[in-house]
Amino acid sequence: MPEFFQFLVSGLTIGAVYALVALGFTLVYNASDVVNFAQGEFVMLGGMVTVFAHAAGVPLPLAALVAVIVSVVLGLSLYWLAIAPARGASAVSLIIITIGASILLRGAAQIVFDKQFHKLPAFSGDTPVQMLGAAVQPQSFWVIGGTAVMVLLLYVFLERTLLGKAVLATSANRFAARLVGINTTTIMALAFGGSAAIGGVAGILITPITLTSYDVGTLLALKGFAAAMLGGMGNPLGAVAGGLLLGLLEAFGAGYISSTYKDAFAFIVILAVLFAAPQGLFGRRTIERV
Amino acid sequence: MLAALRHRYGILLVLAVIIAALPLVFPSSYYFRVASLVWVSAFAAIGLNILMGKAGQVSLGHAGFFGIGAYAVAIGPTHLGVPPLAAMLLGCALSALLAFLVGRPILRLKGHYLAIATLGFGVLVALVITTESRWTGGPDGMSVMKLTLFGWRASGSDTWYWITGGLLLAGTWIALNLDETPTGRAFRALHDSEIAARVTGINVNRFKLQAFVIAAVYASLAGSALALMNGFVNPDQAGFLHSIEMVTMVVLGGLGSVVGSIVGAAVLIMLPQLLTVFQEYENLMLGAIIIVSMIFMRDGIVPVLSKFMTGWRA
Repeated sequence: MPEFFQFLVSGLTIGAVYALVALGFTLVYNASDVVNFAQGEFVMLGGMVTVFAHAAGVPLPLAALVAVIVSVVLGLSLYWLAIAPARGASAVSLIIITIGASILLRGAAQIVFDKQFHKLPAFSGDTPVQMLGAAVQPQSFWVIGGTAVMVLLLYVFLERTLLGKAVLATSANRFAARLVGINTTTIMALAFGGSAAIGGVAGILITPITLTSYDVGTLLALKGFAAAMLGGMGNPLGAVAGGLLLGLLEAFGAGYISSTYKDAFAFIVILAVLFAAPQGLFGRRTIERV
Repeated sequence: MLAALRHRYGILLVLAVIIAALPLVFPSSYYFRVASLVWVSAFAAIGLNILMGKAGQVSLGHAGFFGIGAYAVAIGPTHLGVPPLAAMLLGCALSALLAFLVGRPILRLKGHYLAIATLGFGVLVALVITTESRWTGGPDGMSVMKLTLFGWRASGSDTWYWITGGLLLAGTWIALNLDETPTGRAFRALHDSEIAARVTGINVNRFKLQAFVIAAVYASLAGSALALMNGFVNPDQAGFLHSIEMVTMVVLGGLGSVVGSIVGAAVLIMLPQLLTVFQEYENLMLGAIIIVSMIFMRDGIVPVLSKFMTGWRA
């Protein structure tokens, strides 16, 4: 039983990060129909900027703030410089643009920073907490708690503010949103900025546990995309559920069956789920018109 | 020369002339090697374009089939005593069978769901290759025996230039001919509207599966050719990044355009070679070039250029 709890905690910790990446995917996808493969790079940026700012003598909370600001600025630039000029291009062309952006961001990071692995000090020390026989890193609480706060903030923003409702309206029907006077271009920029902020925070929270380097983004983008699809593309709560589920699958698969095939379980389950429910677990059914 | 590209024999002739003439201006064997890489990648891209550009189905896991072809010619001769050429055909058969089995359930999915399912398939293949190190040499890869045919050993970058060039010509020929067959027309109908195609009596599932199997066989053959040429394989060839690279070649060159796939492959193989002079700025430049060319040529290099040329003349 202690090991069950151990796997549960590590699964939820890594799953929380996948959930944040998936949430970023969903936010951008809902507002603009773009699948942003550069989403993982914001996680990398969040971690790397914090590490280097901290190393330069900036206190950790301030360094984290700088990292989030840098992520948001780059997220907005991605939208204004690469996505907005390509308005009207096909979905697959836009995907290639975001792939280009992710190569560019990775290339920039390897020049501005370096190619080494970097670590941040854990926010509340490294002494494990004993819970139900399992040793839990205090940082895990930060990751899970931080994710919960982000999800809550996003929920309140979308449901309780006028701007948030404009985002929801844009996701539901961009044309109709424009007709009622919503500036959908601003909303899309907001979605890119917001998803960059979410990615940046995820990077800051997880770096003390998993380390970071200029090329961690690709794998995270892949897992985040998988999580978003598992939950059902376009559904924010589905994205969170998909992320947590993916993390748990990996942790339990690695713990009980085989650690070398840890990534396999997640994808086998995704394939199985999609065969049974082609719209993901919580996805909407859509009807195609001819 | 532009007018020639309007007709399929013209395209084939121009391609043959280019392949035949290039060695006249190549100063060193390095150029032969890069050109052979272009031919092999173009071959794989043409196959993927049949699936993506013609039949309109995305695959983000096609490097999986590339990897199967590559490891078939590595494992076959080394562990099982199968001659390289037979191993290549076995790899092809295995890829086709796998594409057939996996394609049936996967191709029911649409859009991004299809993308993630094919991506998952590719990741699984790469994972098996990386993990089963007793057979595959694991993450370090393994060496591949040289191809010998009736006592003649295929080695040297100029020999492989001609082999891969011939392969590309054959692949281009088949892809161009496919356009004019009922199957090719069914693919295009499928691409434009699945429901409309179904209404006109096209067996949508069968044709999707056919396109998937064809693309898998192309990728598998390309993988085998590259492995035999390099004398070495590693798991990266089956990896996610290689899948993405293949898709980028197809889209950058122009979805649905056979010439586009060749151009896309040439650009994506040669760019990093040219950009090495920028040293650490290489990735930065590559990313920027991909973004800029997709913004200004959103339908792909070849379709945009040909539209530009015809409009300019009229």
